[in-house]
Amino acid sequence: MNVDDVAETATRLLAAYEAGSPTHPVIADHPDATLTDAYAIQQAQVEEWTRRSDSVRGHKVGLASRAIQRQMNVGQPDFGHLTQSMFHLENEPVPSATYLQPRIEPEVAFVLGRPLKGPGVTVADAVRAVEFVLPALEIVDSRISDWKISIVDTVADNASSGGVILGSRPVPLAELDLRLVGCTLHRNGELVETGAGGAVLGSPLNSLVWLANTVGALGVTLEPGHVVLPGSMTKAVPLAPGDTAVTTIAGLGTVTALLGPEED
Amino acid sequence: MSSSTDQEWSAGRVATILLEAEDTTSARGSIQAEWPGLDLATAYAAQDDALARRVARGETVTGLKLGLTSRAKQRQMGVDAPSVAWLTDAMALPAGDPVPRSRLIHPRAEPEIVFVMKRRLAGPGVTATSAMAAVGHVYAGIEIIDSRYSGFTFTLADAVADNNSSGVYVTGAVGLPPESLDLALEACLLEVDGQVMDSATGAAVLGHPGEALAFAANTLAERGLAIEAGWTVLTGGMTDAVPVAPGSRVAAHFTHLGSITLAGG
Repeated sequence: MNVDDVAETATRLLAAYEAGSPTHPVIADHPDATLTDAYAIQQAQVEEWTRRSDSVRGHKVGLASRAIQRQMNVGQPDFGHLTQSMFHLENEPVPSATYLQPRIEPEVAFVLGRPLKGPGVTVADAVRAVEFVLPALEIVDSRISDWKISIVDTVADNASSGGVILGSRPVPLAELDLRLVGCTLHRNGELVETGAGGAVLGSPLNSLVWLANTVGALGVTLEPGHVVLPGSMTKAVPLAPGDTAVTTIAGLGTVTALLGPEED
Repeated sequence: MSSSTDQEWSAGRVATILLEAEDTTSARGSIQAEWPGLDLATAYAAQDDALARRVARGETVTGLKLGLTSRAKQRQMGVDAPSVAWLTDAMALPAGDPVPRSRLIHPRAEPEIVFVMKRRLAGPGVTATSAMAAVGHVYAGIEIIDSRYSGFTFTLADAVADNNSSGVYVTGAVGLPPESLDLALEACLLEVDGQVMDSATGAAVLGHPGEALAFAANTLAERGLAIEAGWTVLTGGMTDAVPVAPGSRVAAHFTHLGSITLAGG
């Protein structure tokens, strides 16, 4: 893809947010689009958001679990940017008009206490950089119609990012075996999914290492205070306006996300 | 068998056919397809008949196993309740032994939370709470299921008659008292050849494995039976079952109950 194609595709995806209706896949117009093209399209949107005075507050890793990889038919993770406007409060209605076709995922969120700069980051480096973890729910969403996405489509679409709801109890890593931490996900009071931290690339820490090394190769450092969502411990579950999602994560407590009622 | 009539079929004949399929490791088609008269009550009668023959040939009852304990599997089979089946000592696999492939047709592994009973538990009227009070210790488990039906293609009655696809089972080294565990959040990571295939918690089993135990006690009571002290209860697969290929390694890692590694044989 040339520079104009990248800009045009970024504009089309930005328009999907504003129109509140999804658009066709990137690869429908550009069947030869590469992952590099896709990240350039993502970056163009992040730059537009920051021009509009939003700011990058962290990253998310997507397609990190076998369950999600099977669901999406891909074999590798991807990353997206978390901006300030994506952060919502637990138990407070999240405006449903913000989302087109939202799904919810339970995660263990890392909050960094020091910079993490790849390449060459090890698990030991990652552990030292994490100040604490928080229980979290991620709202994933797609600006591509019916979630009919290839990895190029989701990467171009900011790794299908949507929103983040962080819980309130910070726990140091030393108190947890993140690999074997269990979680349940209830939607409207019904148990819909269960899982363990190891579903995320073997361990959520592996995901943090992958992210640091992947963005590090692009010259990006993960900054102190930034939030990293390492990936879902379960399959993503659709969420409709008015729905409540609760995750309970062993050792971390619960987080409740409330998607607000239908808006005009 | 197309000339068979209802008169020629019986629970005893179903038990004979399925035990022979097990002993000769040869899979067959659905029995209910040949005999629509195989209802659930008859299927349990066949299961009990087969158990009596296992005991007559020297096996000892070691406990029970539950199946269809996840909503997903219940929906898949079009039912809204789990099913129960028998365990004998011949199905208990010693720790460290490989999967005995020569005795199995197409083994699949599923991780389970396992109870060993300290007290007799008799329904009706058993709740998850009263059921848990009868549990002595909780173990990690891997159940190797197998089916006497080709391609694991069966109806609910077929599966019940086939002792709920029983194969062999192995339990972990650590037995913990139930009051020390939050079983709804006790997690399990299922690995095949070192790759994480799936994960789940005990909540995947009817919301809590204690609910499965209570269901077993209450459903056995309808047949005049109880869960005896010392019995092992496999509470149901936490994840989907994964095929066990020759030469593969299956491992289940639990939050507090430890790890089990099993060679595929």
